[in-house]
Amino acid sequence: MQTYLGPPQLPSDDKRWKIVEATARRHGREPHALIETLHTVQETFGYLDEAALRFVAATLRTPLSRVYGAATFYHFFTLKPKGKHTCVVCTGTACYIKGAPALLAALEKRHGVKPGETTPDGELSVLTARCLGSCGLAPAVVMDSAVMGKIGPEEMLARLEKGIRL
Amino acid sequence: MTIEELDKIAETERTAQSKYQHHVCVCIAAGCLSSGADHVRDALKREVAESGMQNEVLVKGVGCMGLCSAGPLVSMETDAAGSTLFANVTPEDAPEVIRGLDTGSHGLKHCPTDVPFFERQKKIVLENSGRIDPERIEDYIAADGYRALVTAITEMTPQDVIDQLLRSGLRGRGGAGYPTGLKWSTVAKTGEQEKYVICNADEGDPGAFMDRAVLESDPHRVLEGMAIAAYAVGAQKGFIYVRAEYPLAVKHLKTAIKQAERLGLLGNNISGTRFSFHADIRLGAGAFVCGEETALIASIEGKRGTPRPRPPYPAEEGLWGCPTLINNVETFANVAPIIRNGAGWFAAIGTEKSKGTKVFALAGRVENTGLIEVPMGITLRDIIYDIGGGIPEGKQYKAVQTGGPSGGCIPAPHLDSPVDYESLARIGSIMGSGGMIVMDETSCMVDVAKYFMEFCMSESCGKCVPCRAGTQQMHALLEKIAAGQANASDLALLEELCELVKSTSLCGLGQSAPNPIVTTLKYFRKEYEDHIAGADCPTCHTAAREEATR
Repeated sequence: MQTYLGPPQLPSDDKRWKIVEATARRHGREPHALIETLHTVQETFGYLDEAALRFVAATLRTPLSRVYGAATFYHFFTLKPKGKHTCVVCTGTACYIKGAPALLAALEKRHGVKPGETTPDGELSVLTARCLGSCGLAPAVVMDSAVMGKIGPEEMLARLEKGIRL
Repeated sequence: MTIEELDKIAETERTAQSKYQHHVCVCIAAGCLSSGADHVRDALKREVAESGMQNEVLVKGVGCMGLCSAGPLVSMETDAAGSTLFANVTPEDAPEVIRGLDTGSHGLKHCPTDVPFFERQKKIVLENSGRIDPERIEDYIAADGYRALVTAITEMTPQDVIDQLLRSGLRGRGGAGYPTGLKWSTVAKTGEQEKYVICNADEGDPGAFMDRAVLESDPHRVLEGMAIAAYAVGAQKGFIYVRAEYPLAVKHLKTAIKQAERLGLLGNNISGTRFSFHADIRLGAGAFVCGEETALIASIEGKRGTPRPRPPYPAEEGLWGCPTLINNVETFANVAPIIRNGAGWFAAIGTEKSKGTKVFALAGRVENTGLIEVPMGITLRDIIYDIGGGIPEGKQYKAVQTGGPSGGCIPAPHLDSPVDYESLARIGSIMGSGGMIVMDETSCMVDVAKYFMEFCMSESCGKCVPCRAGTQQMHALLEKIAAGQANASDLALLEELCELVKSTSLCGLGQSAPNPIVTTLKYFRKEYEDHIAGADCPTCHTAAREEATR
């Protein structure tokens, strides 16, 4: 009986898998390409699901445990899909001192989500960032991709309503 | 590429630029970008095109100009009127800016540049920042870029380069301050074998954005430094480990690598010599511990970023077991000017043991926030009150935090201590990578310590017990204290834990995690005691009241 030793089959005919494949191939399918490949998956799919982790493990000939280990170790990777809209509150030191905790409290009070969570209807994900490097604008919030600086809780909630219409 | 060819590129670029009477530079680094600087640049370009002034006005996006709190910043250089800086420019201001070029009259918000914020600074690392277009190698070459690299590989031996670095007195800008020349010579001495050069751009301290600004504003400078280092230590391959959270820095680096390869300043047989150097980017994935060198190496190898005991140091056994030189972004950015201007020039700046300048990200409760570069030995008071413009809203200064979660809080009585590696260590803090957060009377120090401990707790990689469990316990104690539910024995336990975690943790993260507690306990013990005694902490109390009335 012959064993198939080539690269694994793509999980589906979704074209995005080819992009993932290309990253792995560029690094010679070596195990050290793990983090780069996971980055590509997250960039193209938005998050890492089980099918993706299994595919990356097979492509890079790396144990699934190691793939899962890396995916859960690094904060940047997420195993759950994000909401339609995201609200990232910077919790860097400068923002913390200038009122980031009040922003997070307001979000939790209004929308019932803590950092890292998504509303049940999948509309809004609340995230925190260690530092956006916009310390001059503290406290800073990124709504979808727009950065808003020197913002208070009411203004932030109002902008959220307007932009997202929850 | 020879020096003559470089000169030719520089000359062509300078001629091309001098054709324009007016140079309008828009800061498009992260700080200004988040206040909409890209729209300002586009509006200015559109305005120039519409008024038919394409041959007179050059609009270009440049790197960080420093005063991030006044962004978006636009600087204007005209043949006639010299240079003017405008603050808080909006896209709607574009017609005004362009109209005012000839008349010199503007209704815009001027940003004076003859103030201490600009005048007290000394720029080496940031000399090109805010002046050149980071996406054009020609602009960098016109600012003497890559001369140091070509000179080093064609006229100097690797030992000459290392000697220059040793004599310059440059120390690692990542925070610990290990002499750079010494590190290079250790790697060089490992003999002929496969070696690597790594640039640590995993800037994880919350409140620090120096490396980001350097990479966004002047990426070629870092590549040039890495290539010179590779030549000196005998490496052929380099990695820049940069945070995935810095998309603009990654983009500029990628462009820079491509451009340098195209001109033969990176790649095989640089300048027709036997020296080859390839640089590649590796993205971090949001783990603070990866700033530790052995954890960073594990991450480049595609593993979980956990540190390992040293020795062996990476200089002997690093990436894939090969000798590896790891330096911080700012360290590499200092290399080219040292080679170009000589070790003596660099050694003349700064203090006896700390040479050169240091870039700080000044933030928090201070009037002027942004990116500054100051000579070593300047006092904290000069930075905060002169350059920073003091504390806003008439509030009282309380402490300045340097070094992020590994550093400490420095109170008013130590404001006159100089900023250098030894002095900061003596008062319980560290130089760190360059975060500098100013706090006023509204910050409760117990809360600040709790904030940093929460950070260390969630960033602990979990490999060694003292750090994994110790940070949890210290955080729990701080929560108890902050909530006013602790007693004196809790405080004693906290102090014991600080000592224990500090002396038994595996890597720098754990060893320095207690620093924020240790320094706040040392200088602000009364605030802890107020919380314990159940007495109202005057700070938290006022803070809570302010919150309620907001």
